[in-house]
Amino acid sequence: MRFALTAAAVGVAVLAGCTPVQSGPVTSTGTDEQTGHLRVWLFDEVNHGPKEAVVQEAITEFQNAHDGVTVEVQYIQVQTRAERFKAAFSDPRSAPDVAEFGNTDLAGYVAGGGFTDLDLGTWDEAKDLLPTVLDTAKVDGKLYGVPWFVGVRALYYRTDVFAELNLQPPATLDEIAPLARRIRAAKPDLLGISAGGKYTYGAMPFVWANGGDIARKDGDKYVAAIDSPESKAGLRQYTELIADDICPPAQCAGNGGDASVEAFRAGKAAMVVGGDFNRKSVDDSAAAGKYAVVPLPGKKAGEIAPAFAGGNLLGVMKGSERKTLATQFVQLLAGKQYQRKMFDAMGNLPTFGDVQAEVAKANPVLEPFIKTLDAGTRFVPVTPNWAKIDAQAVLPTLLQQVAAGGEDLDKAAAQAAEQMNAAFGS
Amino acid sequence: MTTTARKGDGRVASAYLAPALLVLVGLMGYPIYQLVLISLFDYGQEQVSGGAPLTFLGLGNYTTLLSDARFWDVLAQTVGFAAVCVAGTLLVGAVLAVLATRVRTWARTTLFLAALGAWATPAVAGSTIWLFLFDANFGFVNEVLGTTGLSWTYDKWTAFGLVAAQVIWCSFPFVMVTLYAGIKAIPGEVLEAAALDGASTAGTATKVILPLLRPLLIVVTIQSIIWDFKVFTQIYIMTNGGGIAGRNLVLNVYAYQQAFAASEYGLGASIGVVMTVLLLLVTLGYLRALRRSGEAL
Repeated sequence: MRFALTAAAVGVAVLAGCTPVQSGPVTSTGTDEQTGHLRVWLFDEVNHGPKEAVVQEAITEFQNAHDGVTVEVQYIQVQTRAERFKAAFSDPRSAPDVAEFGNTDLAGYVAGGGFTDLDLGTWDEAKDLLPTVLDTAKVDGKLYGVPWFVGVRALYYRTDVFAELNLQPPATLDEIAPLARRIRAAKPDLLGISAGGKYTYGAMPFVWANGGDIARKDGDKYVAAIDSPESKAGLRQYTELIADDICPPAQCAGNGGDASVEAFRAGKAAMVVGGDFNRKSVDDSAAAGKYAVVPLPGKKAGEIAPAFAGGNLLGVMKGSERKTLATQFVQLLAGKQYQRKMFDAMGNLPTFGDVQAEVAKANPVLEPFIKTLDAGTRFVPVTPNWAKIDAQAVLPTLLQQVAAGGEDLDKAAAQAAEQMNAAFGS
Repeated sequence: MTTTARKGDGRVASAYLAPALLVLVGLMGYPIYQLVLISLFDYGQEQVSGGAPLTFLGLGNYTTLLSDARFWDVLAQTVGFAAVCVAGTLLVGAVLAVLATRVRTWARTTLFLAALGAWATPAVAGSTIWLFLFDANFGFVNEVLGTTGLSWTYDKWTAFGLVAAQVIWCSFPFVMVTLYAGIKAIPGEVLEAAALDGASTAGTATKVILPLLRPLLIVVTIQSIIWDFKVFTQIYIMTNGGGIAGRNLVLNVYAYQQAFAASEYGLGASIGVVMTVLLLLVTLGYLRALRRSGEAL
């Protein structure tokens, strides 16, 4: 008994006196070495051979220009990036100097103390970076990365099916559902349009085109706007597509973007919202040569639904001991010359206005994507809490509840808004 | 000969127990201590990497959790799911153990090899193979049943049923092997005596074999409860992270999604503490009920 009491007392004392482990805040060490080992993290991709070749070329050029500098690249998996980056932020010694990362992760990484803000003042190529794309690399007005490439989505459709049924691609968002229904009625083994219940970036253009949004800024905080009448009109329009007479829930409700495009690639869908980055893989599929792309139409004929401006950035880590070298390497790899090469190798859309215009002229297939970009793009709320909302699958849950769970849209949207506000408030 | 406790015995006993205690404290005590500690703080990625100060929340994470209607839904779902899995595992394991004592050697060897195969399959691989088997368009099962196109993982109940079947498939071998060993260990004389006294087969099973197997049954039941309550891999893989709109979530997957993937380690730790406490309560309650209804362990 006495032992138990002592143990309890010790326990309480220990508990009261301790706090969970915290690594010291990442501060720049002040050192800025001009030689040595520069570590770079880039994303692994399905077919990363061509990417690796371009990167290797950049490394050779960089090493030739800087004596005593070696660059080492590690390719990390996109799926496990969150764990890798979290570990790197917690232990700066295992962190790289330069890293590629998705622009939706930016706000979370910056709040986590991961990246340093960049000063591109002396870099003359910087002035040609597209302003809307550059905005996706900023938090509170400060720039934390150079956009390496941008990705936008547009509407893919099967030209053979449309010709056979004597159809025209939709001119407004409202036309998509009836059109898709007609196609499936005529060809029951095709999905009218491959829409996914987890395909957030396929659904958001419907919301934006209707005047809705994920959240709006109120002072310095975000407030959910997903339950506004405009947002709900867009959500209704999108979830209407996940129905037995267009895209049966049992097949479509669980699909994200990749799975949605996969159905189109397999020749099982007449339409899909797909990205410029999907073009190469569709050209290598059952739908090759039998498809065309148009910008996703807006509410009125002639309008284009605002697309989500996805893309990856190259940034310099806060704990880096070679910031100058790291920044120089970012400027080389994300510069015009290598963006051009990356386009040829991987089809990544450049972020410089002039480079983009140049590749678009040489590749007419890019036109619908460039038009979509030019019509204005939108982005997710720039706050570290977005990563949380994303991880908690708030928007996919909302879409799935309505499309497959038989839940009332008003109720589901209110629930999602509540969950988002809870995250924004924390 | 009886021994009376002498002064100093306690100290010697403590000395003998110390190494085990040290290992237990190191491997179990410290992590649980950290878990409880973290659950009392607002502890996210910013706090871990030192970008933001720590805030002590007291029981804040627990009130957030317990006032979340979704948590209670998921908890009820988890309890139901675990109950079905435990019952199924025990039933299949026990039936096959009895079967194994009744069949020829070659049949028993085959049964054991098959069971060990299922047991040895890693959960990730097992779940993926089951998914292939039950694939809507190309799956073997749909081909045999002639139900091509039927998605087993779409509907809430077929999805839960499928995952439960997989969980039972990979956990019954443990029950079977344990109970088989238990049945084999029952002395022949006991059964012979029962037979001579004119006991029927059913009578022998319920009045002689079951009571003798009791300690083993307790162990496998508690094991199964703990395993099945904590299922993660099967649900995460087979229902793609918790099913359509999260309708197939169980507590562990929910904790991962809400807390760890979202970097809310404090909240996640509080879910961990709640689960640990629940499991302790279930186990203690089960042991007490057993003691009241029969002999002590």
